Amino acid sequence: MQVLSQSIARSAPPALRTGRGLHAAWWMPVILMLLAAPAFAADNVMPTSTMPWWFWPLALFVTCFLIGIVAVPAGIGGGTLFVPIIGGFFPFHLDFVRGAGLLVALASALAAGPMLLRGGLSSLRLALPLALLASMSSIAGALLGLALPASVIQTALGMIVLGIVTLMLFSKKSEFPHVAQPDRLSSALGIHGVFIDGASGQAINWQVHRTPLGLLIFLAIGVMAGMFGIGAGWANVPALNLLMGAPLKVSAGTSGLVLSLVDSSAAWVYLNRGAVLPMIAVPSVVGMMLGARIGARLLHVLKGSVIRKMVITLLLFAGMRALLKGLGVWV
Amino acid sequence: MTQQQEALRYASLLGWGTRLGVFALIASFAVYVLGVLPPHVPLEQLPSVWNLPVATYLQHTGTPTGWGWLSLAHKGDLSGLIGISLLAGCSLPPLLGLIPLYVKRRDYVYAAICGMVAGVLVLAASGVLTGGH
Repeated sequence: MQVLSQSIARSAPPALRTGRGLHAAWWMPVILMLLAAPAFAADNVMPTSTMPWWFWPLALFVTCFLIGIVAVPAGIGGGTLFVPIIGGFFPFHLDFVRGAGLLVALASALAAGPMLLRGGLSSLRLALPLALLASMSSIAGALLGLALPASVIQTALGMIVLGIVTLMLFSKKSEFPHVAQPDRLSSALGIHGVFIDGASGQAINWQVHRTPLGLLIFLAIGVMAGMFGIGAGWANVPALNLLMGAPLKVSAGTSGLVLSLVDSSAAWVYLNRGAVLPMIAVPSVVGMMLGARIGARLLHVLKGSVIRKMVITLLLFAGMRALLKGLGVWV
Repeated sequence: MTQQQEALRYASLLGWGTRLGVFALIASFAVYVLGVLPPHVPLEQLPSVWNLPVATYLQHTGTPTGWGWLSLAHKGDLSGLIGISLLAGCSLPPLLGLIPLYVKRRDYVYAAICGMVAGVLVLAASGVLTGGH
């Protein structure tokens, strides 16, 4: 069966090997076309593992549990770490890793969503218009991701992960950004609110600006979330906080709500295409959820800055691995 | 105050949906791994197929796309998709639950936005866009 499966994979026509959705090719950005040239050198089929079947799901559970623990103190979504690490070092095809990655990000967002909404840290009025556009574009991103060769996605993923590392190293955060005047669109939609800051106990009034640009940015974020199967909290929070001027805590809470809708749409595409294997998805989701619970409890014990540096190093390594794997340099 | 009412309704429906999804996810996985239901793809054969691109995997294992798995939900591995589908769909009831609240307040723009987000989710789930039938 092993020989047969590999021979099928090698002899299958390119359209089959690279995913079925050539009808989505019209949407292909020029940059990915350019990336494809060197990346075709790397084959899409991962080497077959000689370990027993139960080894990898168990290793996946343990890895996701550990990712879940460090993700919370590092202030990054588990989904962002999941795809580059599991895609780089586990024997699963990237199609299944991205499907599982979306579910990991979705489950994390869903688990936190109700609490954040009840606490006033997540705004429906802010999230819904952004989620509408990002959900639509995440479907396009997922279709595009499943239509492109895995090596192209690996290469682009490597670049994105290295971009996230740069963002984590250099981006600034603003606890309470100053928004002098809300824009017309946010005023028309009534996007504003009040939240009680837990640290000071004060009621903070907030409003947003640059809403049209924010909507455009979320359109792009949706494409990336669907294409790479990574949660997009790393992009959502700076867009909401630095661009639109929402307070940092509201940005983080609302980002989770947007993610829950965006990842749901993209996850359906992966599900319908058969790219979700319960043997990969379930240990990942359960491991990550348990790890995140421990991580949240250790939040006050662990030194956040140390964990953050460790996660940045890990992401840097995983990003380089994805890039070199995609380019066929380190297969 | 009205925003809080929306948030509470959404949070309540989302919380229940998530709990149901996670429970179904874990229960169906236990059924799968413990061999209560025979899997569509034998467990010991998984390492030789999970490294293949999804199209080749589907062709090789004869796994259906779209909602075709429902007819094979009595198979251990495909029964796991029940919990996954519940998780992927659990934002739909809260979205639909908000519409009457917005309509009652004559906030037709947000009622329409909720309806459109729900429509996008239904469209994605239907498999129409992915040729999943």
